[in-house]
Amino acid sequence: MKDILDSSLSDKVYFWLSLKLIRGVGNSIFLRLLQVFGSPDKALEADEDDLIDAGIRRDIARNIRKKDFLLDPEEEIKKLRRLNARIITYDDPEYPSILKEIDYPPVLLYALGRKIPYNQFFIAIVGSRNASHYGMRAAENISYRLAKLGIEIVSGMARGIDTYAHKGALKADGYTIAVLGTGIDVIYPRENKGLFQQIRENGTIITEFPTGTPPDGKNFPIRNRIISGISRGVLVVEAAKRSGSLITASFALNQGREVFAIPGMIDSIRSQGTHFLIKQGAKLVEDVEDILEEFGIKIEESQDKKDHKPLVKLSNQEKKIYECLDETPVHIDEIIRSTELDPSEVLSTLLRMELKGIVRQMPGRLFVKNMG
Amino acid sequence: MKGQENAKRALEIAVSGAHNILMIGPPGSGKTMLAKRIPTIMPPMSFEEALETTKIYSVAGSLLNKGGLIKKRPFRAPHHTISDVGMVGGGHPPRPGEISLANNGVLFLDELPEFKRNVLEVLRQPLEERRINITRAGISVTYPAKFMLVAAMNPCPCGYLGDRIHTCTCSVAQIQRYRSRISGPLLDRIDLHIEVPALSYKELSSKEEGIGSKEVLERVLRAREIQRERFKNFKINTNSEMQASHLKKFCKLDKESQSLIKDAVEHLGISARVYSRILKIARTIADLDESDDIKVDHVAEAIQYRILDRKLLF
Ligand SMILES: Nc1ncnc2c1ncn2[C@@H]1O[C@H](COP(=O)(O)OP(=O)(O)O)[C@@H](O)[C@H]1O
Ligand SMILES: [Mg+2]
Ligand SMILES: [Zn+2]
Repeated sequence: MKDILDSSLSDKVYFWLSLKLIRGVGNSIFLRLLQVFGSPDKALEADEDDLIDAGIRRDIARNIRKKDFLLDPEEEIKKLRRLNARIITYDDPEYPSILKEIDYPPVLLYALGRKIPYNQFFIAIVGSRNASHYGMRAAENISYRLAKLGIEIVSGMARGIDTYAHKGALKADGYTIAVLGTGIDVIYPRENKGLFQQIRENGTIITEFPTGTPPDGKNFPIRNRIISGISRGVLVVEAAKRSGSLITASFALNQGREVFAIPGMIDSIRSQGTHFLIKQGAKLVEDVEDILEEFGIKIEESQDKKDHKPLVKLSNQEKKIYECLDETPVHIDEIIRSTELDPSEVLSTLLRMELKGIVRQMPGRLFVKNMG
Repeated sequence: MKGQENAKRALEIAVSGAHNILMIGPPGSGKTMLAKRIPTIMPPMSFEEALETTKIYSVAGSLLNKGGLIKKRPFRAPHHTISDVGMVGGGHPPRPGEISLANNGVLFLDELPEFKRNVLEVLRQPLEERRINITRAGISVTYPAKFMLVAAMNPCPCGYLGDRIHTCTCSVAQIQRYRSRISGPLLDRIDLHIEVPALSYKELSSKEEGIGSKEVLERVLRAREIQRERFKNFKINTNSEMQASHLKKFCKLDKESQSLIKDAVEHLGISARVYSRILKIARTIADLDESDDIKVDHVAEAIQYRILDRKLLF
């Protein structure tokens, strides 16, 4: 066995994985076994009566004795080596301590990418997969600003809000963690392949599901308890009335985490869930201050609100235009009017500024100063 | 008409080079109003054009023409429920359709994605050949179809993507589905696409009326003259008609412009496929500037009129 194991996938990990992969052994049974027998290898060697004395059901005790695996642990370890993935066990120093506070914490996490920071201050940002433009922009902006302040962003890498929560953090050169509802080797949705790679390089991807686990509706709520469990607070950006995001929010409440919500329009179905949360006492969030305040964190004026001075050199025309811009979008015609430049000049100059990365164009011929 | 400097500039370019144009904007932003203004900045019809237009109208049996010569450029705005026959012509005996009634003028397709697919499909050939051949029960007729296509659409199904007051409630998937209805060959015939924002109350109530049509018309006429001179030994009249060989001859770019386009392709999601269209628009912008050479500013502005090529959703 030794030959297939390296330092990160040691004997210890083999035993943890083996016990976890036995049919019928879930997180709570695993923790019970750990409590009684001290370590997974001892539990694996225990005889049936000892197992039953430990409060384990007879059929599951038999499965342990028979080594009835869902997946062959050796194969699983080989696969993880090929993927360059690792396993973080419950007793590993990398295991986020905050996650041990919740009911049924995952006893092991498959992980890809960077080491999970030790002194974490995670905030989860979640919401509708079928998000609106407004929601995605809110998710990305808030995530960006939180990440700029050194806060780690957690999300589920789903379509819509989750995707933009991760993107915002990445744009800020921050750290982000994606908690999957699939195996560590399953990229879902497919279109997030690029995002997956980026998170892998600049953050961490974790899951408790074995390799090859396909997307399955019943696994996502199970995953959601980790998203909230690992975080100090959960921000719901857009959510319909009965949605996965509301499940995450209710986990958060039960786990004693703060719940935040972004308001939307009263006639949008994507805001019914968030408005429901606000009525139930979730904090209404317009900007990052609303979140940080809850944790007693104050932003130094100079840290956040400081003018984003562009680093590149600007021509006179570019300067003139830059002065009309703001952090909120300004329409092209307003720029034309206040600079008193020709429409043609303004358009061509703005394009060059976009290419320099100091300006961003948004739908509706709106322009904003590029953040950062 | 108040404000809309950006949109008016785009229309000036479109008319100058006889480019087709698509306006994207929320309901009430003034797309229809802008479209109707187009004939007022087009060059007056020549006698031959007036005669041709009058003939078509008399074949169509339209009494719009009360006797004399039609001297005003036509503006046709068929409803999106129109059939393919109504659009390109047909019947027994074959009568001209909207595209021929719009000959020498403007064909305005409001709510473009709402038109039936087959109706948009049949527009392709006349847009290319500038005429339409209708064959029906052994009779074959050819009608001219030299029109400027002006199309309008909402930015998204709810209409408010990018609006400063209302919030868009559409998902990205809904927006993509909506836009995909007009993708492809028809879009390939449209050189400029721009966004038309809704004006704020303040802008609408301001006294300022903006640039008058007269000055614009003068610039258009000058630009058309430059094009006529340029193409006098070729079989075309306007920049929009340029083929690859013309582009090579008349649209040389300096190093700076080339690298600008390269940057735009790399960083702004502009596809290299639209290169020739950017060249044509830049040529027209240079003509309006009465510049022999296409300069980097002309190219930069041209890229801004390719809004659907940009990944602006985020
Ligand atoms: N720039 C403008 N100046 C003056 N009136 C305007 C302007 N834009 C819009 N309006 C007013 O708003 C109405 C709606 O404009 P319309 O062209 O029908 O919009 P759209 O076709 O984009 O829905 C017009 O009838 C006009 O009264
Ligand atoms: Mg209209
Ligand atoms: Zn919309």
